[in-house]
Amino acid sequence: MSRVLLAFALFVSLSASAQESVKIGLITALSGQSARAGEAITRGLQVAIDELNAKGGLLGRKFELVRRDDEATPAKGVIAARELLFREKVTVLFGGLDTPVSIAIVPIVNEAKIPFMGPWAAGTPITKNGAKDNYVFRVSAVDEIVDKAMLQYAQRTFNAKNCGMILVNNPWGESNEKGLTAALSAKGLKAAGIEKFEGNDVDVVPQLTRLKAAGADCLFLVGNVGPSAQVVKSLDRMGWKPPVVSHWGPAGGRFTELAGPSAKDVHFIQTYSFFGKQSPVGTKVMKALMAKYPDIKSPGDITPAVGVANAYDAMMLTALAIQAAGKLDGTAIGKHEGLIKSYNKPFTPEVHDAVNENDYVWTQFIDNQIVPVGMKK
Amino acid sequence: MLASAILTGLGLGSMYGLLALGFYVTYSVSSTVNFAQGSSMMLGAVFAYAFSVRFGLPLAAAVAVALALCALYGLLVGAIAVRPFARRGSNAWLMATVALGIVADNVVLFTFGKEPRGFPMVFSGSLQIAGINVSYLQLAIPAVGLSLAAALHVFSRRFIQGKALLAVVQNPDAARLMGINVPRVVAASYAASTLLAGVAGIMIAPLSNVHSDMGTLFGLKAFAVAILGGITSAWGVMLAGLIFGVAEALITAFLGSAYTQILSFTLVIVALAIMPDGLFGRAAVKKV
Repeated sequence: MSRVLLAFALFVSLSASAQESVKIGLITALSGQSARAGEAITRGLQVAIDELNAKGGLLGRKFELVRRDDEATPAKGVIAARELLFREKVTVLFGGLDTPVSIAIVPIVNEAKIPFMGPWAAGTPITKNGAKDNYVFRVSAVDEIVDKAMLQYAQRTFNAKNCGMILVNNPWGESNEKGLTAALSAKGLKAAGIEKFEGNDVDVVPQLTRLKAAGADCLFLVGNVGPSAQVVKSLDRMGWKPPVVSHWGPAGGRFTELAGPSAKDVHFIQTYSFFGKQSPVGTKVMKALMAKYPDIKSPGDITPAVGVANAYDAMMLTALAIQAAGKLDGTAIGKHEGLIKSYNKPFTPEVHDAVNENDYVWTQFIDNQIVPVGMKK
Repeated sequence: MLASAILTGLGLGSMYGLLALGFYVTYSVSSTVNFAQGSSMMLGAVFAYAFSVRFGLPLAAAVAVALALCALYGLLVGAIAVRPFARRGSNAWLMATVALGIVADNVVLFTFGKEPRGFPMVFSGSLQIAGINVSYLQLAIPAVGLSLAAALHVFSRRFIQGKALLAVVQNPDAARLMGINVPRVVAASYAASTLLAGVAGIMIAPLSNVHSDMGTLFGLKAFAVAILGGITSAWGVMLAGLIFGVAEALITAFLGSAYTQILSFTLVIVALAIMPDGLFGRAAVKKV
């Protein structure tokens, strides 16, 4: 049996009685700058859990979501992980949006042999963590793939030839520094410059001035919503308007309010958009969200969409894995019509990431809504 | 690059200086400080945001109300976190002011909300100076900082009330005999201290975001600046703020951001090792 299936097979080694619920743990930022992102993951998971429970749950047992706030801090994430794994005895643990937190949790889940599913954090080492028995899976973007897509987008859309990097100074920024450098090297290119900034920096002008002086004709931006807004405000103060191609950090909050009118000039990656024509699964999920959450009245209210979509698909794939292992026949997850795409054997012993570069959507903020680039002015 | 870095540094430095002036004011009067000065700065920004955006007051009125509330908060800090300990000769006010700051941060977290919010842009627009783009706000911040430092200097040297402030720290008993109400003067110094922090918070908010922990790092840097400046001189503290801010920006601009915190705080340590009383401070005279 492959490691993947071995991992998921552990789901059904639950000794709990049939009356007990199947606990699904979630550790994410539920407060602070990324609270919205944490709420989006919660909503995606909850809508999927409601759908699964309406169909009878798992062999008569209902799924139940148990959440903890990591406050975007690895130390708090680790404490929460130990509590959910060993006291709450969750069957599977879902992570949040912060790569440093997920990276801190990975050794714990691998040691405990409990599956960890990532619906957001994109750091490459989360799934490629070097563990012999790797219990970490992801339905989300992956930095090293996103980085290739960012370079390709900058060249194709803006005819960029000399891009500079402005990266938040944490493991997520480092992960993308490696990925972007590798993507540039593969095309025989080098970055105009690589600059880091702290998440609480008020002014990023000195770093941006260095990139401008180095002749950067576009910027690769990696940072969560607050830090990304600081970069945009600093660009405004400098009066410099290079194309900004970003990882998906801006999607995590009130980017337009924080960054001001120039927020719309940042093009960033997403795995899904609820705008435009929807698949039957998309229509079903949108209806469920509008019925459950009164503040959702249109696609623009499902924000950040990536959190909802990734979490929904991740929960559905998790349930499929549990059911597959429940038959004790070792059958892998087969085909599944998801929100982001049609999955076909998404996980293998070597590949623990279900989403790839063909599944990305380029978006921008227009009037506080994340829409595909060019859809609205 | 040099001009741009200096401009950035002056803006940030004057904010450090304003916060550090708060340390100066209370230290000059009572030899105590509010270690949670960063929380006072955050309160200024949060109050101004709440009254202007949530309650719809004109910005000027919102700023006035915010500063009045900051001053009230300063009275509270002095009354419950400093005075009860200082009058018994205890140094527990060190921890009490930090604790009160943490309480303030968390009260704001629960009442204001968990998400950072964008402050309305004031002084929008910019002009070109020596080929670089300079926003009006970048000019306004050092102007306000330096004006307040000058006003404080003049007040403490030329006005009878200002001289009373300085008399209290030199000899509280003699000051009391001269008719100076010492507790009231100390309370006023705490109100002035948090008011200055509130001004810094309101000035920095349009550049940054408004959230409950926005003052934490600023408060720490401002304390370093106060010590660097010698804490007993208003101008010294303000100048130290500007030096620290410009040094930070220059290090980032010329060496890269990886070296900013390492080198800027190393410079503080080196400066204090060479000049233990700070760049502009004077050693305390012990009369025997």
